Amino acid sequence: MCGIAGLIHKGKSSNVGSEMTAMLQALKHRGPDSTGFAVYGEPTEGDYIMRIKCAEREDMESGRGFTEVLAKRISDVEAILKEHKANVKAKEEATAYALRYLLSHDGDTEDMARHIEELEGVEILSLGNGLELIKDLGDATVVSETYGLGDFQGTHSIGHTRMATESDVDIRSAHPYWAFPYNDVSVVHNGQITNYWIKRRQMEQKGHRFMSNCDSELLAVYTADNLANGVSLEESLTRSIQEIDGVFTYLVATKDQLGMAKDSMAAKPLVLFESDDLIAMASEEVAIRAILPQEIDTTDPYDEEVRVWQA
Amino acid sequence: MAGVTDSELKAMTQEERVDALGLTTEQLFGRSLLIEFNPDEEERYTYPWAPDIFYNKRVEIDTDELSTTELNNKIRSAMAEGNGTIVIKNPRGMHSVGVGILNRLTLEVEGSLGYFAVGLIDGPNVRIKGRVGWSCGENMMSGTVVIEKNAGSTFGAAIRGGDLVCRGSVGSRTGIDQKGGTIIVGGDTGALSGFMMQRGRMIVCGNAGKNLGDSMYDGTIYIGGEIKSCGVDAVPAELTDLDKAWLTRKLQQYELMPDKGVDHFQKIVSGKQLWNYDNLEPNEKKLIL
Repeated sequence: MCGIAGLIHKGKSSNVGSEMTAMLQALKHRGPDSTGFAVYGEPTEGDYIMRIKCAEREDMESGRGFTEVLAKRISDVEAILKEHKANVKAKEEATAYALRYLLSHDGDTEDMARHIEELEGVEILSLGNGLELIKDLGDATVVSETYGLGDFQGTHSIGHTRMATESDVDIRSAHPYWAFPYNDVSVVHNGQITNYWIKRRQMEQKGHRFMSNCDSELLAVYTADNLANGVSLEESLTRSIQEIDGVFTYLVATKDQLGMAKDSMAAKPLVLFESDDLIAMASEEVAIRAILPQEIDTTDPYDEEVRVWQA
Repeated sequence: MAGVTDSELKAMTQEERVDALGLTTEQLFGRSLLIEFNPDEEERYTYPWAPDIFYNKRVEIDTDELSTTELNNKIRSAMAEGNGTIVIKNPRGMHSVGVGILNRLTLEVEGSLGYFAVGLIDGPNVRIKGRVGWSCGENMMSGTVVIEKNAGSTFGAAIRGGDLVCRGSVGSRTGIDQKGGTIIVGGDTGALSGFMMQRGRMIVCGNAGKNLGDSMYDGTIYIGGEIKSCGVDAVPAELTDLDKAWLTRKLQQYELMPDKGVDHFQKIVSGKQLWNYDNLEPNEKKLIL
């Protein structure tokens, strides 16, 4: 089933970490397998935030010997950063397998990202000036507390609670997906993509990488491909309704925008609240009410509807 | 059944009631009893075990800290105590509120509800000041429901009777599989509204999305605005004086009468080309086709 949520504050920062946690916790019944957040802080010009995972949960339980494997992977990542002349300003470990690096880097981030992902078991969850992408198994409160999201200040955020249907319960299949290698772009999706393998083969022929077998990853790659070709976010969302088959509602966030698209069957829900300074949307109204308890006016977007909001 | 009085039925357990009514030897649970009314007895509009309620007796329930089950149980306890007007406060989009109320009652909701609001109801008059999520009034059998703001998709799915009214706009697949009753929408409706409709009437004062009335078997759809497209076997029909009189009465009843009246409404019915009335079983059909 899955639950998706998004919120964007216009022209100001807010505690989007705790707001998105409350929204996703209210959607827990739609998907208790894993929870993911893409939160956007104030962009750090010249500095990059990179979040990586170096193992899956099941790897961590595979035995004592894995600690050494994990340490080797992390040191290999740091060696590559050094090779690409990326200066590590700060390093944080939320869990033994999930790390956050604050980097200053003048070179080609795409080249560096591709180099890092050549390492076995290492996946870059996000890379950008403002985006921080966090996903793990468990409900919103557990993931938020583990990764210290409670006091995260930012302008906008998207999030996801996952009920695994098409692929495994693991972090690589959890949402949001980063639109590799496009900085600061992330996607969450509720639905099922029926031409996934056809579109995946097309994207792979163009050189795009897939890290999972989850159909939602296609939307991130598809969006990245469009953005790389100079297509605007709104145009990419509009094209997707014709080019992607299935039933879906998905949200895309960039450094300063948040967009939504609903398929032509309108089979997946989304409730929308709009005011002058805040736009909030979720699979169910109960999630919006988690941050706006007062009486509000909400609407359901119709089939083939595409919207984009500016932070 | 004629020998059993209402008060005796009320005092019985579920199993005793099944036995006394001579309904079935099968073990039934919950509210799944099938009621057969005796044509000889006086007219009766409530279920035999329905508690007597008094509309002037009013109670307010604050949903803070309550789960859906707790809230619905509170509504039932309040009815058992004779409360005929129940006010729900602070529902904040809670799901499945007021489902399965099989009694006369005035239920006022001071806020918005989530999915499956007041589904499977038989009798109550419900007024919701906010909006509702998906599948509001699903399988409703009688009573009236009025929503002041918008509603989500599958509004009034499979309703069998009563009036289901939304003053705002509703989502997609409104009145899917409608089997009776009236659905009234003050604003717009989305795609595939009236899909596989079988009976009843639907009025939409605003616009309708694509594939309106797709594969409808019967029933009537009235649209006051524009229709993006009609679905398979949904065809326009002439708006008669009888239709206009009925539309006027219904829309005036719920204060949704458009300024320009009802003459501009388009009427959509089934073309009846997709199906037939033969009632044959699939294996019998093979013999003929």
